[in-house]
Amino acid sequence: MKTKKTAYPYLLWMLLFTIVPIGMVIYYAFTDEQGNFTFEMFVNASDYSQVFLYSLWIALISTFICLVLAYPLSFMISRCEEHKQSMIIMFIMVPMWMNFLLRIYAWVLILQNYGPLDTMLNFLGIDITLIGNSGATILGMVYEFLPFMILPIHTVMSKIDNSLIEAAQDLGANKFYVFKNVIFPLSVPGIISGITMVFVPTASTFLVAQYLGGTQFMIGDVIERVFQSDHHTGSAIALVLMVVILGFLVFMNRFGDEEAVGV
Amino acid sequence: MDKKVIVSLRDIFFDYGNEVILNGINLDIYDKEFITLLGPSGCGKTTTLRIIGGFIEPKSGDVFFDSQRINELPPHKRNVNTVFQKYALFPHLNVYDNIAFGLRLKKMSKAEIENKVKHMLAIVDLKGYEKRKINNLSGGQQQRVAIARALVCDPDVVLLDEPLGALDLKLRKDMQIELKKIQQKTKKTFVYVTHDQEEALTMSDRVVVMNNGVIAQIGTPTDIYNEPANAFVADFIGEANIINGVMLDDCRVSILGQELKCVDKGFPKNSPVDVVIRPEDIEVVDPTQSVLVGTVEDTIFKGVHYEMSVKCNKCQWIIHSTVAQKVGDTIGMTVSPDNIHIMPKMFLLPNNEIFTTVLYSDEEANTITISIEDNEIEVPDCYYEEGTKLHIILPPTGLHIAGDGVGDLDEVYIESVIWKGEHNEIILESDERKWLMQSDQDEQVATYVPVSFDFSKATFEVIEGEGEADEN
Repeated sequence: MKTKKTAYPYLLWMLLFTIVPIGMVIYYAFTDEQGNFTFEMFVNASDYSQVFLYSLWIALISTFICLVLAYPLSFMISRCEEHKQSMIIMFIMVPMWMNFLLRIYAWVLILQNYGPLDTMLNFLGIDITLIGNSGATILGMVYEFLPFMILPIHTVMSKIDNSLIEAAQDLGANKFYVFKNVIFPLSVPGIISGITMVFVPTASTFLVAQYLGGTQFMIGDVIERVFQSDHHTGSAIALVLMVVILGFLVFMNRFGDEEAVGV
Repeated sequence: MDKKVIVSLRDIFFDYGNEVILNGINLDIYDKEFITLLGPSGCGKTTTLRIIGGFIEPKSGDVFFDSQRINELPPHKRNVNTVFQKYALFPHLNVYDNIAFGLRLKKMSKAEIENKVKHMLAIVDLKGYEKRKINNLSGGQQQRVAIARALVCDPDVVLLDEPLGALDLKLRKDMQIELKKIQQKTKKTFVYVTHDQEEALTMSDRVVVMNNGVIAQIGTPTDIYNEPANAFVADFIGEANIINGVMLDDCRVSILGQELKCVDKGFPKNSPVDVVIRPEDIEVVDPTQSVLVGTVEDTIFKGVHYEMSVKCNKCQWIIHSTVAQKVGDTIGMTVSPDNIHIMPKMFLLPNNEIFTTVLYSDEEANTITISIEDNEIEVPDCYYEEGTKLHIILPPTGLHIAGDGVGDLDEVYIESVIWKGEHNEIILESDERKWLMQSDQDEQVATYVPVSFDFSKATFEVIEGEGEADEN
């Protein structure tokens, strides 16, 4: 009974800051300015379907790049001695001690025309625009969210019992098969949570594309802009995004349950 | 009978950091035998097994398999399979897939794999468990899956690393018999590692008793029990009364001031020895008919026999007999000469000898400082001039384990602890040498402890002349 009572503040918190705001978003999404029930806002929202698909596409690519970068790295880290592991993990975390915006702004300085990188490439005779395109947005996303891919994969991998690897070798598996038949299947739960932790924020984030992507805004930026003038349409777009992400989470969890037996 | 040697270890040496794990292991393992590596924790038995399995390479020495040197051969290329201590079953696979793991890597056809797995499941008595998840199995069932997974690959040698350690007593006994049956049925060489002497005696064709990285004795279970090679083996295998004695002459030994007849020969006259007498070999007789007379202190009913504790000349004896004696009674004890086992001392000298030079001396405080293995140690209540070479004789009672954690020597390894009737005889190993210590307390073998010296019990002797006394 005691535990129930101590839970009340958290329940109140959830009610005030999760349930009520979501309720408000749903209410605004389904009403017009006069407060009448309508689907019109979703029709308005469909104007942004291009940006919406673009955002999901950018999120997908960023997540994929994060996975490709993080997986081998996590594997290598998990094979290190324990004190080295915690040190490497700390170095991965260090940039996150700085504000998100500052880090993006740092990229703007690096990538901008006549910035250090651009000057260097010009000097080498390569003349390309580094900023103001999808590539720069993806770079920013990957930079921001890579640690969220590394940490869960590393956690799962470092928990794989060394005797399982020895058992596989003992049964005739060379390094490739040890990886394919033991390490990879056992690391799937880490991959699942890594993908979730990167895809969800990259799909909904804003400001990164505003700073690095030029005119190619992402859906998070659109919601921000629209909200400033029209709460109802903004809510409708936000609601659609929420439903899509929810669907994605359900899908990933089901996939994870099938793969991650007993871990 | 000429038996084929399948695995052969030659002069295997292995260390980890500063610690010597294996020191000169020589062992031949015969085809189709059940051989057990037995010893206390830290004796190197698991390391030996891992060297045969290929998980670690010896620092020096050779491993031969079927006369081929295989030191560098990785585990997956060895026709050896291991049953791991905590089974190491793959949690993401079911019972069938766990067992089929090795066969699939051998690129066998599906039908063949199914055939073999089914057959193996029948052998380990797990028919119908194919689709079960590993985490839903009991300890005993997981154990059998692990054995099936190793055996199904048809290895020449099966390595088992304390496979029954996690099971409860009843299940362990059943599995012992089952394992032995499986070994006989499949006609494989089993190399089994355990610290449980009873397990080793029950299952093995041959037992290898290990202690401190060396082999103490190799023999059949009967040999090892009846003719232990030294006091360590006698103490480790079964119960034994181990008493300090002096070999007076061939077939004549003196213990507790009494002369007894024995059958051992070839020891130097008047050399100190360990005398081992099994509790069941002692016969209770009338006090008038024996030279060994003692008082019964305790009688415990053990089912088949009574275990009695008898005090005789300050020494505690354990006797097993089907007839109970009353506590407080005086009894006589006789042992037939062939049941008195004489073995050479593990620590050759009766005392610890230290050769050292006085580093500093303080006349006022009446102390000197000497160096033992680069530790500066202050010796109170004695005075010699700086630079004097000393020969110090420290009796076993002059050493003790520093209870407060700060000793004269900080990290000393406890190599063996043997109860000698009235006290424990402990052999310690520091960086450069061994020490003999006497203690009333029981200490944990294979651990590191700080040790302090009590020089009030020591005798000092000045060595005259230059250069004679090197530091020992």
